[in-house]
Amino acid sequence: MPQSELIHTGEEMMAVCNSCRYCEGFCAVWPAMEYRRSFAEADLNYLANLCHNCSECYYACQYAPPHEWMINPPQTFAKIRAQSYEQFAWPKPLASAFRANALVVSLVTALMLVLFLFGATQGLGGRSLTAPVPNGNFYQITSHEVLVLAFGAAGLFAALALLIGVVRFWRNIGEQTSDLTNPAALILAVKEALTLKYLDQSGWGCAYPEEKSSQSRRWFHHITFYGFLSCFAATTLGAIYYYGFGWKGPYGYASLPVIFGTLGGIGLLIGPIGLYFLKLRRNSDLEDEKQYGMEVAFIIMLLLTSASGLLLLILRETAAMGTLLVIHLGIVMALFLTLPYGKFVHGVYRFVALVKYALERARKKALGV
Amino acid sequence: MLEDFGNLDVLVIGGGNAALCAAITALENGASVLILECSPKSLRGGNSRHTRNMRLAHEKQIDPYTGAYPADEMWNDYMRCTGGMKDPELAKITVYESPGVLDWARAQGVRFQPALAGTLHLSRTNAWFLGGGKSLMNTLYRRAEALGARVLYDAEAIDLDIKDGRFRSATVRIKGQNTVQIPAKTVVIAAGGLQSDLEFLKGAWGAAAENFQIRGTPFDTGTMVKVLLAAGAESVGDPSQGHMVPCDSRSPKFDGGIVTRLDCVTLGLVVNKAGNRFYDEGEDFWGFRYAIWGRLVAQQQDQICYCFVDSKTINKFMPSRYPAIKGNTIGEVARQFGLPVEKVETTVAEFNRAVQPGTFNHTILDDCKTAGLTPSKTHWAQRLDTPPFYGYPLSPGLTFTYFALKVDRRAAVLMKGGQPAENIFAGGEVMAGNILPKGYIGGIGLVIGNIFGRIAGKEAATLAKKSAAVASKEATHAAK
Repeated sequence: MPQSELIHTGEEMMAVCNSCRYCEGFCAVWPAMEYRRSFAEADLNYLANLCHNCSECYYACQYAPPHEWMINPPQTFAKIRAQSYEQFAWPKPLASAFRANALVVSLVTALMLVLFLFGATQGLGGRSLTAPVPNGNFYQITSHEVLVLAFGAAGLFAALALLIGVVRFWRNIGEQTSDLTNPAALILAVKEALTLKYLDQSGWGCAYPEEKSSQSRRWFHHITFYGFLSCFAATTLGAIYYYGFGWKGPYGYASLPVIFGTLGGIGLLIGPIGLYFLKLRRNSDLEDEKQYGMEVAFIIMLLLTSASGLLLLILRETAAMGTLLVIHLGIVMALFLTLPYGKFVHGVYRFVALVKYALERARKKALGV
Repeated sequence: MLEDFGNLDVLVIGGGNAALCAAITALENGASVLILECSPKSLRGGNSRHTRNMRLAHEKQIDPYTGAYPADEMWNDYMRCTGGMKDPELAKITVYESPGVLDWARAQGVRFQPALAGTLHLSRTNAWFLGGGKSLMNTLYRRAEALGARVLYDAEAIDLDIKDGRFRSATVRIKGQNTVQIPAKTVVIAAGGLQSDLEFLKGAWGAAAENFQIRGTPFDTGTMVKVLLAAGAESVGDPSQGHMVPCDSRSPKFDGGIVTRLDCVTLGLVVNKAGNRFYDEGEDFWGFRYAIWGRLVAQQQDQICYCFVDSKTINKFMPSRYPAIKGNTIGEVARQFGLPVEKVETTVAEFNRAVQPGTFNHTILDDCKTAGLTPSKTHWAQRLDTPPFYGYPLSPGLTFTYFALKVDRRAAVLMKGGQPAENIFAGGEVMAGNILPKGYIGGIGLVIGNIFGRIAGKEAATLAKKSAAVASKEATHAAK
């Protein structure tokens, strides 16, 4: 659907929703909608990213299909979200990666695997990748410097791309760049994001995957997110060990980086699998089917990352270590590079929308409304 | 698939709030229940799909209300808005049994929330469903199914086999299948009012009915009321009475629901097609007057009126589905409506001259009124003097009709002569005319449905079990 047509659909939908307001008690979208009387593209970008896709509103809607107005906020907002990711992507030419996302992610992953395998065999000179390495010391396969350089560069690129996208989005929805660091708003948004408040609905959960409210999606998302965070913590701790204390890896099974990494890896196995099976059961009337590839690609990338990482840990003292390491690194590199051009961005955009929602509430309060 | 309904205890005809309250209560009392909903599953729930709250008395402030609402006060509000019935017995049951409805609903899993923002004066008196009426219906259907109810969608009861006040079976047309005969020991009629039968409306209102909108489900054609009246049941209520509110004239004929209503009347000035005012726009709070205005509009030429507001008040009421017609002068707005421009301008000028100084406050019956104007505007009267000006076209939107089946306190359908039918009960809009003679009080429809639906379900289940016990005793006797 062309953007103008999609925005028009969104405007028409909001004209109905804002005069109905029955969904007011569900999530942040509806109070935020009520702050407005008209809905331009920027408002819709904001509301669409504030939407957590919980589906409560759809099942409660007296105007949902087959009603002639065909009100379907989860689907309409999903489409607008997808369009906003493209609209704000940096650099612009890479925006199209959002479209054939599963293909792009597959190609990048394949390329990284080839590159890393090739690089490793070159780096090893004549030595075989399957030759035994004492104590599972992976730095004998790829040097620490190469790892830091390659992943540091990829990480910085991903962070920069995400940051530019977020700032573009922030300005598009009518905010000053300086307000993005408003401490009170940030604290509230962090709290709401970390607890997934709007998938909780005061303890009822949300209508996902089916009409009856349930906490399952919130918990699987928590497991995924905190798993991701735990892996991130493991890497950070590793860096502190290395640079702070001069302790070189690989670390023992009882060391903090390995414990965090293991827990995170397990989370990144259970969480994405749970989310995938919930998604299979979800009513397809609420989905933007064009995003299916992007969503599943991200789930698979998380699974590949955790599975290869855990396998590497378990088999690090066997002959498989070298090959597994290179495969794991290739996957992680592909994950890093595709982060700003796939499902991952939903987290940053939604977080920023929550910051704006916190600001809006504070402004309304200041006005005494 | 239907043969096994041969030994059914309670057949519930209808699929809205009253029907589900009856079904759940019958199931809880040990009866087997089949629900016939004539709409597809996606549109189930009849008019209940469009509702949002229940007016329930409560002696103390409790969650989710903002204050106490004693039953005596609710009774007075009911009398103030409807004038009351000659025989008040069922109305008294409705009001004085209403406090128990909240706990009952919560026990079924119904979720409540504080009153919606921008809906004045209802947070103390009404309990609001989280997500509205469709959410309520989803919960009640889930509960009924968990208790073992069977539900047939796209299943319309078109006839009843009734002999000497005794129901034997229903003729049911199932979409895409044959018409079948479903026998049951008892039947609960909870199939809504007659508002979607345009012929019935024309009979009561004449050609004016052509210009009505039906706010709710198109499935409420009153077939069961007509069938029962033909079988000798007694009716109650004036066929021209119903819950009627002013809606935007641009709305669809059916199913426009809440978003087509216009809440601007108390803040503005209303003229008819001739450009004249005809009623005090500020007589009382909108929650007590909206149901009178539907009828007022219906009585005007071509059943259409126009409400004018200015920039001071355009954002002081709930937004509606269709944008206001806008102009830099009153005349510019009037012209777009095809109204007599000079006449409207004169009406507004006279009104503006008559407005007295006062302190505007929309949350109380304030002292802003007109002097020396007929009809006067007794509250919230402000000059229309700040451009741009806005206007909305108003048409009557019918929610449900008050012409109904007469029932007794057991929710049993009364036959001509006053005898109750043996095994026929009714709840909801199909019998709301026993409680509502005219007017309306916001949030009472679902209370009637809940209370009389539950009474009907209990009576039907008890009777079905009694008749089953008698039948088995007879069978044992015969075997001996």
